[in-house]
Amino acid sequence: MTTLTVDNTFDDPTRRAPLVLNHHEFGTVTEKICSVNEARRAPRAWYIAFVISLTFLGILGVMIMYLFAAGVGVWGNMNPVMWGFPIINFVFWVGIGHAGTLISAILHLFRQKWRTGINRFAEAMTIFAVICAGMFPGIHIGRVWVFYWMFPIPNQMEMWPQFRSPLLWDVFAVGTYFTVSLLFWYTGMVPDLATLRDRATTRIRAIAYGILALGWRGSVRHWHRYERAYLMLAALATPLVLSVHSVVSFDFAITLVPGWHTTIFPPYFVAGAIFSGFAMVLTLAVPARQLWGLKDFITMRHLENINKIILVTGSMVGYAYAMEFFIAWYSGSLYESFAFLNRALGQYAWAYWIMVTCNVLVPQIFWFRAARRSIPIMFVACLLVNLGMWFERFVIVVTSLAQDYLPSSWGYFTPTWVDILTLLGSFGLFMTLFLLFCRYLPIIAIAEIKHTMPEADPHGHGATESHAAEEGTA
Amino acid sequence: MNEPGMTTAPAGAPLPATVADSSDEQSSKLYGLLAEFETPAAIYTAAQSVREAGYRWWDCHTPFPVHGLDKAMGIRPTILPWLVLGAGLTGLTLGFLIQWFTNATSFDLWALVWVRGYEFLVSGKPMLSGQVYPIVMFELTVLLAAVGCVTLMFALNKLPMLYHPCFKSERFRRASDDRFFIIIEARDPKFYRNRTEEFLESLGATAVEELES
Repeated sequence: MTTLTVDNTFDDPTRRAPLVLNHHEFGTVTEKICSVNEARRAPRAWYIAFVISLTFLGILGVMIMYLFAAGVGVWGNMNPVMWGFPIINFVFWVGIGHAGTLISAILHLFRQKWRTGINRFAEAMTIFAVICAGMFPGIHIGRVWVFYWMFPIPNQMEMWPQFRSPLLWDVFAVGTYFTVSLLFWYTGMVPDLATLRDRATTRIRAIAYGILALGWRGSVRHWHRYERAYLMLAALATPLVLSVHSVVSFDFAITLVPGWHTTIFPPYFVAGAIFSGFAMVLTLAVPARQLWGLKDFITMRHLENINKIILVTGSMVGYAYAMEFFIAWYSGSLYESFAFLNRALGQYAWAYWIMVTCNVLVPQIFWFRAARRSIPIMFVACLLVNLGMWFERFVIVVTSLAQDYLPSSWGYFTPTWVDILTLLGSFGLFMTLFLLFCRYLPIIAIAEIKHTMPEADPHGHGATESHAAEEGTA
Repeated sequence: MNEPGMTTAPAGAPLPATVADSSDEQSSKLYGLLAEFETPAAIYTAAQSVREAGYRWWDCHTPFPVHGLDKAMGIRPTILPWLVLGAGLTGLTLGFLIQWFTNATSFDLWALVWVRGYEFLVSGKPMLSGQVYPIVMFELTVLLAAVGCVTLMFALNKLPMLYHPCFKSERFRRASDDRFFIIIEARDPKFYRNRTEEFLESLGATAVEELES
């Protein structure tokens, strides 16, 4: 195997850019990706990150226990800002998840083969983000011991949930989203778990991966149904990507609060969700490819494509911010106009301008090719986008509730230390799950990567020929 | 079709092939023959030949879905999409019935326990709502279709099945890595130990080995 690096970021439409660099064969693809899980010790950075994540997870546990013991009064939630951090964090984390489903479902339907390098851990990210998201409404309900009242379970009180409430739609939307994402992730992983099982050198690994792989043996009769099922899952998950954050936005849009009651909310939320999700994908992909030497599979072209999506969705979000202002003025509604002027110039102006800077201005740097291909620039930009998208939810939730109709019932929301530590703790939960995933499960879709290699085509050129062709374009 | 008779021929029959066949018959544990191929193109042409030779109980094993190999093997389209449609429609119906029964009716129903729906009047809105119902109906459609899709796919594939004769082969471990295999099962009416082995070798197999059941 040569170490020649092939640049696959060219824009020549007459040539198909290789998705796997450095002349890998099927065997070396397996070897390289499985080595992440099979190495006796993880890289030192993994242990450091894991200890930090575990610490924050512990903090989250303590905060939740304190919350359960003392009640929701430990939060900054007050009249009139009853929603506060839990709902901000809920919307933030659900949004993060969207990139994973977009990559796995929509890009699959559009035959965007470059998705294979990043889809596995983007899907994992989705699941862990939705776990974090689901936790917040769960602990926000106050009386956590009756959480099952959210579900239509027959009970002796003859009590049913109220299906006209968007909060109940959320239960169904997020529940479905989590289940479908989990199925998608696991189904895609079964052939790769079989690879890990077949390579297992210890009995524990053989049994654990053996059970998880369900006895998958690569039968073409199985592949046939598997591919149909995967395509159907993608088709089912595609409307789900668009619906979940739409339903989340209904929590706001269905109410009569100025600044919330707008029809732009569903598409605006979906664009923002995909925007923040891709930023998180990059935030995780850049260190991961560095740490485990996966640059042959998560190539610069992948990162550049992600940056292009961030630019597009960031601009859509910017358009939505502008359009909200226009409609607020154009509607002639006194309260609507006030709500938006108040966002930009009022007591939370600092949060608003953090949001605009991070979400609208920062991504514009990706108009420049050099910025799209610079690791430090894209990493910093994505961290800022993550920050900006959290502040977007803060601005939406807090500014509208703090000052709505009657000045006599206005207020100023200040988070408590419990709020802030719970937010940081949710990152601990997310990162702990993600780091465990990186250590023990195949982080790149091995079978799918092989499928996209030129050698995989039974009617095409043989392996050696394709290498020669690739070298010719280098 | 005289060869099943030949396997029961007495030892010392004139053809060496027959001797081999009868000795395998005695062990009676042969599951089939495993043939290894090195490239997708090799297994593609080999699969076409196996199909043309008229075998029925056989399969290919590949580390990834080789494009068009299912067609080359003559695998008929799966019924799975229709089952998923059924699951989705069930979810759609269930989504409507749950909302209608719990929020817009007032009769008793036995769902493991006796339950009663009630007319839940909110802001004087109509009981049957075209604006409100579709959201939960959509979610349950997707939920049941997706769950049905995955569980039925594995069920039709007869998975999970943690044991299979091919797992005994050390060579077969590379079926999830970089090798491509054809297994012809001994129960196939056209299967004869030596003739099938020669046939597989003639297709360009780099190795052929027996699989014990």
